[in-house]
This record gives sequence, structure tokens and C-alpha cells, in this order.
Amino acid sequence: MALLEVNNLGISFGGLRAVNEFHLKIEKGRLYGLIGPNGAGKTTVFNLLTGVYKPNEGVILLDGNNIVGRKTIDINKEGIARTFQNIRLFKDLTVLENVKVGLHNHYKYSTLEGIFRLPKYFKVEKAMDEKAMELLAVFDLDKEADTLAANLPYGKQRKLEITRALATEPKLLLLDEPAAGMNPNETKELMETIRFVRDEFHMTILLIEHDMKLVSGICEELTVLNFGEVLSEGNTSDVLNDPEVIKAYLGE
Amino acid sequence: MSFISYLVNGISLGSVYAIIALGYTMVYGIAKMLNFAHGDVIMAGAYVVMVAISGAGLPPLAAVLVAVVFCTILGVVIESVAYRPLLNAASSLAVLITAIGVSYLLQNIALLIFGANTKSFSSVVPVPALVLAGGRLTIAGETIVTIFSCIVIMIGLSLFIKKSKAGQAMLAVSEDKGAAQLMGINVNGTIALTFAIGSALAAIAGVLLCSAYPSLNPYTGAMPGIKAFVAAVFGGIGSIPGALIGGILLGIIEIFGKAYISSQMADAIVFGVLIIVLIVKPTGILGKNIQEKV
Amino acid sequence: MTMKKMSKTTKSNMITYLMVIVIFLVVEILVFTGNVSSLLQGLLVPLCAYIILAVSLNLTVGILGELSLGHAGFMCVGAFTSAFFSKCTVDTITASGLRYFLALLIGAAAAGICGILIGIPVLRLKGDYLAIVTLAFGEIIKNIVNILFIGRDSNGFHFSTKDSLSLGLEDGGKVIVNGPQGITGTPKDSTFFIGVVLILVTLFIVLNLIHSRSGRAIMAIRDNRIAAESVGINITKYKLMAFSISASLAGVAGVIYAHNLATLTAQPKNFGYNMSIMILVFVVLGGIGNMRGSIIAAIILTLLPELLRSLSDYRMLIYAVVLIVMMLFNWSPKAIEWRGKYSSKFRRKNKKSTKEAA
Repeated sequence: MALLEVNNLGISFGGLRAVNEFHLKIEKGRLYGLIGPNGAGKTTVFNLLTGVYKPNEGVILLDGNNIVGRKTIDINKEGIARTFQNIRLFKDLTVLENVKVGLHNHYKYSTLEGIFRLPKYFKVEKAMDEKAMELLAVFDLDKEADTLAANLPYGKQRKLEITRALATEPKLLLLDEPAAGMNPNETKELMETIRFVRDEFHMTILLIEHDMKLVSGICEELTVLNFGEVLSEGNTSDVLNDPEVIKAYLGE
Repeated sequence: MSFISYLVNGISLGSVYAIIALGYTMVYGIAKMLNFAHGDVIMAGAYVVMVAISGAGLPPLAAVLVAVVFCTILGVVIESVAYRPLLNAASSLAVLITAIGVSYLLQNIALLIFGANTKSFSSVVPVPALVLAGGRLTIAGETIVTIFSCIVIMIGLSLFIKKSKAGQAMLAVSEDKGAAQLMGINVNGTIALTFAIGSALAAIAGVLLCSAYPSLNPYTGAMPGIKAFVAAVFGGIGSIPGALIGGILLGIIEIFGKAYISSQMADAIVFGVLIIVLIVKPTGILGKNIQEKV
Repeated sequence: MTMKKMSKTTKSNMITYLMVIVIFLVVEILVFTGNVSSLLQGLLVPLCAYIILAVSLNLTVGILGELSLGHAGFMCVGAFTSAFFSKCTVDTITASGLRYFLALLIGAAAAGICGILIGIPVLRLKGDYLAIVTLAFGEIIKNIVNILFIGRDSNGFHFSTKDSLSLGLEDGGKVIVNGPQGITGTPKDSTFFIGVVLILVTLFIVLNLIHSRSGRAIMAIRDNRIAAESVGINITKYKLMAFSISASLAGVAGVIYAHNLATLTAQPKNFGYNMSIMILVFVVLGGIGNMRGSIIAAIILTLLPELLRSLSDYRMLIYAVVLIVMMLFNWSPKAIEWRGKYSSKFRRKNKKSTKEAA
């Protein structure tokens, strides 16, 4: 069974059909790309998958469970985590605290145990610190653990967002234009990081990207979205050679 | 007969709320901020009229004009000095707290100049009362003028926004500030214009309010201001017809509450309406549900 | 690294607790040696209430990132429920310590419940609704208290919203809440010492909350609601938690305030909008999110006008200017940029001079 299976997904805003008859099938452990020209509806698909928008029709099966209509927080608990096109960090919290917020639903003690500093508080906080530092070390962010997230350089902010998403222990990781605003060197490093995440965490990753080099470099399969509809899908090299796709990208 | 008389009074008070609510709703629609000082601009306008008539001996209509000009300038100054620097601040609380500071500042400046004592405000309305139903129902001249002004302002403002370039610019800025800027619209200028119009309306509301309830002190504007905000939320914040409907309904609720339930609890009833609206339909009667962009 | 950071926040919290204790000791010594006027001595207990209010409001403003303009209303709820309880039980519960403790619990619980009732409809909305609704709530509470008459005789409690006569009490029945005249004869159990202890308790609750799992969730929502949702934080739950804790602490302040007065009435100046604004000024001046700052600001702004009597006419004006200037200076992007430049220049200069010295 595929980890994610989407069928006949659609949503309209007012009279505008933003996404129409969208479908997607991602096997576990794959690195999958969602590409398409600006305004094709890629981020809308992410928002549908994470419950930010409710689709007008369609099914989203995660591990066989339909998650359509569920709230964002429940979908995260079911196992989808994401990053955002315009970085959304907890800017006045430290790097470490950002990751610990990600760990929120896996390391628990009650509010009263926290206020009265009962033994469980110390035990769980220690475990959280260790886990968070371990994750940060993977992304080479451990030296900045006490820095405020807002003070990180841009590239590291992107990495921190990925770390925070991984902290929620997802089955599927959605990355929304992870390379946006990065220079070629940073992009190259990011590609390695993404591949590393897939291999190390056995993660299934769906990413939106404009950077063709990144897409062709790491994605194994692609879906091309144009005007809210699937234009082409399949193996990366096949899709990129599809005349329809070339037409959509280069225009006529 | 008393029922009809209460109803007329309610519509009259509601018309004042509607005019004030316009200022809130326009500013909220465009600058996405709650201009807490709006009510105190009303108070400032009323003081200007009082001084212009009793101090400078101007005829009432000229005094009202002076107040409108004064409040327009005041509104623009407040916007440019206190609010504009915070328009892009990281926290939306910043501008809200500043607005509270401005409100407090206006009240206390008035307190220093005019003292805390309530001054009597002589009505500037020259229209005689209308006596109906053989003397059993009297409608005050102030009431007639208030309702009439409200209608004229609503029609005028709607036409301005629909037909004029500046009005269209306002709509564009309230839709999407960034996009409006890219289309060559002067965003800061449009926001300033919105404050100018809102404050001019506040001056008129101040005159009407103090003519109907002829007393004036530094806190006169605060409570009607807050209630007008309730009216704006009730009707659907950001919507001009919403301000009218919300204002009139709230005026009627307040007067009926005073008459039939408890005069001491009238304010509590008005605020109770706010809480009920927020529970039942947070977007108000005519409000749109706006989805946040992710 | 993390251990060092833990100790850093712990250290900062310790400084705050210590500061309160030191101020308490200094004041006690000054009082003992007769250096504090009776007027200032009378201000000490209200000051404790103001400090608790400021810290509790800072929890809402600085940590939750919402504005409450009804903290005086929550204080009012705490004050009246606890004064009502104390007056009713003054003959039955003779141990004043126990009675005061119960009064505290009742005041805090009543205010907290009001916080939850307001929070449930309002906190799920985006925008500045909480400010206006809490303001409305404060006015409603003041209105209600002023028309409420409660009496007790051998048949039990009697209620009225008209006047004390319509309670229809038997001979020997007592009017407990007397409308606009409020509650008279609450036992004066609040002392400066108790006030300071309660400040420490408040700080303990607030600071420990901030540095816990729930506190992080609350601050995450403040910084970015959408991102917090995406990592599975229950927005409504944590917003409601922060706000109701804040409200019940305001209720505690009300208990202290009420048990320091012979007659408790609800007027605009003690439980009205102006009071809420005064507390907001403490929070803004002390630094939004900075608990220690709130305490210091509350002390300075309460005592200063009393020491400089000539300023008292301008007190409110000064508050207004403080609010505007502090917000513009701290939050305007231009001012932040300017300060950034200035401070980096300053730091560079400093570095240079230390290098030269070396």
C-alpha cells in the first residue's frame, strides 16, 4: 500500500478552480517532487494535505486512513509535517526551544507538573533536550542551540524548519520550496541534507520546488501541476522530457 | 406611542453610532488596526464646536466646519506620528497599545485645558421639533437632523468609494496592500486619506451626539466610541452597510434596554450583544470570512 | 550548552525572587525605623496587588501575545467574591489565616472561571477582539456589582437588583452586598507580608509556566500560530490556559485589595478601564514579556506620584506619553534599525577601547 494516496482532489475559491481532479501516489521512502509554473496550485495542494483548507471533494489516504476534514493538528498527529514557503519559525524562541515545540506531542508532562517542578518535569525536559540536541546535531545546528531563531542566517532558518518538522516524528514530510532564496552552494548542501534525511530517518518526502537542478538531482518521481491539474507524472527523467511539460514551462 | 418614540430615539442614537462606526470600519479595513482613539476625536470635535461658538462667536454651521477641519487634521497627524511607524511592526499589539496611549493622551489634554467638569453643550441644530399624532409623539429636531445626516453620509461615502479613483484605491489597499503598491497606488497616502475621512465623520458625530445629549466632558467620546466599535463588529467589520445596520440595531437595543429592562444595565446589555455576536457569528451580519494566506 | 542555558534562566528567575525579598526587607526596616510616612505605608498592600496584576497582565500580553483591557474586571470579580465569602464566614471561620486562604482560592477560581467563559468564544478569533471584549467584560462586571444587593437572614440568602429594602430581610438579617455602597466590614486580613508572599507565589507560577512544555507551546502560538498548528499544538487549549491563569491571578490581586479596605465599592477608578490602562502602562514600561520589569515599573509608577505630589495633575498625561513613546521606540521597525546601528557602533567602540587597553 502506498503511504500517501490522493484521488480526485479539488477546491474552488469563489469562482476560481484552484485545484481540480488532483491525484498523487507516493510509496514509502520515496523522494517525490511536485513542480509546476507559478500559480499552478502547488502550495494549495500542501494546504489541502495538511488541513489548512478543506477540499470540496476528493480523498486523501495516509497509510490507508482518509484524513480529509481533519484539523491541521490532528493531521500532524497522524503523521504529516511540513515547512513553509515563507519561513515560519517561532522567532522569539531559541533554536533549541523551536525543536522542543516540535517534540511537544511525544514528550509529555502536565502543566501542573511543570509549574510545581515535580520529578517528571526534570526527567522529561532532560529527555527532550537530549532528543532535540541530537536532531540539531544532524543538521549542524547544535552550536546555535541557544540563539534566537530570528537571528539565524537564512539558510539555517530553512534547516531549522525542517528539524522542527522532523521532531514531530512524521511519516511524510512536506517541504515547500526549501531552496527558495538560497545560493547555488547552499542549494547543493540542502540537496544533500534532504537526501540524508530520507536515508537516515527512512522518511518519505514530498517537495515543491522551482529549482530544476534540485528537482532533477534528488527527486525520483515527479508530478507536474499546471492550472490546478496534473499535467504529467512518473519518473523524473521521463517527466522532464515530456513535450507537454516543456511547453508549459517554456511557454509557446 | 412610547414604543414608537423609543424606536425613533433608538434609530437616532444608532445613526450616531453608525457614523462613528464608519470611521472604525474603514480604518480597520485598510490599516487592519483598531483605532482606539477614534472616540476621543469625537470629543475633540465637540470641544472645538463649543469653543468656536461660545468663545469665538462663530455661527453654528461655521463652527461645525471648523471642527471638521480640525478633526481631519488631528486624524492625519495621529496617523502619521503614532501609527504609521508601527504599520509594519512585528507585533500587531504594538499599534493597538499605541492607539490606547493616544486615546488617553487626548483625554488628558482635554482634561488639562477644559477641566473635568461637565460643560453644557448648546445644540447647534436649528430644525424645530416635529409634532405628530396630535401631540402624542414629538420628534426632536436633533433626531431628524441626525438620521438625515446619517443617510446622506452613507450614500455619499458609498458613491465616493464606488465612483472615485481614491475610493477605488481604498478598496485595493484593503484587499492587498502589497499588490496595491505594485499597481502604483500610494498606500500611505490612501491610509492617511482614510483617517482623514474617518476623523471628519467623527467631528460630525461629535456635534450630533452632543446636540442630542447636551453635555460634554473629556470622557464623552470614549464610551460612544467603544459602542460604535461594537456596532461595527455587529454589522461586520470592514463593511460600510454593515456599519449602518450594526449602528442602528445597537442604538435601538440600547434605548429599548434602558426603557424596558434597566437603565443602569444599558451598557452591560450593549456589551452583552458584542459577546453574543462573537459567539454566534464572529464575522458580523454582513462580514466576509477571510482566509489567512499560508 | 543546554545545561548552561537552563542555569541561565534559573539564575534570572532567582534574581527576580531575590529582588522582591530584598525590597520587602528594606521596606520593613524603613518602616521599623520610622522612615516611612503613614501615607506610603497605606500604599504598600495596594502596591502588592498592582504588582500581581502587572505580572498577570504581562502573562497575557507578553507571553500569550493578546491584549486584555479587562484585568481590572477580573480583579473586581476576585475582590467581591472573596469579600463576600469572608464577610459571611467571619463568625464561623475564626482562624483568619484559614479564612484568608479559602478567600484566595475562591477569588482566584471565580476570576479564572470568568476568564474561561470569555476566552472560549473570543480566543478562537483572530484579531484584536480580546481587547475589546475584555474591556466590555470589565464594564459589565462593574455594572452588575453596582445593582446587586444580597442579604442574609435565618431563611438564607436573599437577592435583589433594586435596593436593600426589597431584599425583604427579617429582623436581625444583615445586608452583605449593598449595591453601589458595596461591601462594608470585610475583615482587614491583608498585610504587606502576605502581599509579598503572594507576589512570590505569582512569580513562581508564571515563571515556571513560561519555562515549561506548556509555556513553550503558548509562546509558539504567539510567535506563529500557523506554524504552531502545523506541529500539532492545540491552539485553543493553550491560549485558554494562559488567559485563565492570568485572570485568576488578577483575581488574587483583587482578594488582597478587598481585604485591605473597610468598604469595598466598584468605581471607575479602582475597577474601571483606567485601572486596566494603568496596569498596561506598568507592563509596557517594564518591558513586554519581562516580569521583573513589570514589578519595577509598578513600584516606580505607584510611588513616584506620591513622592512628587506636584506631578499628580499630570500623572495620567505622563502615562499616556509613556505608552506612546515606549511603543514607538521598542516596536517601530525604523527605531529598531536605528538602535541596532547605534548599539553595534557602541559595541565596536567598546571592543576597540578594550583592545587598546590590552
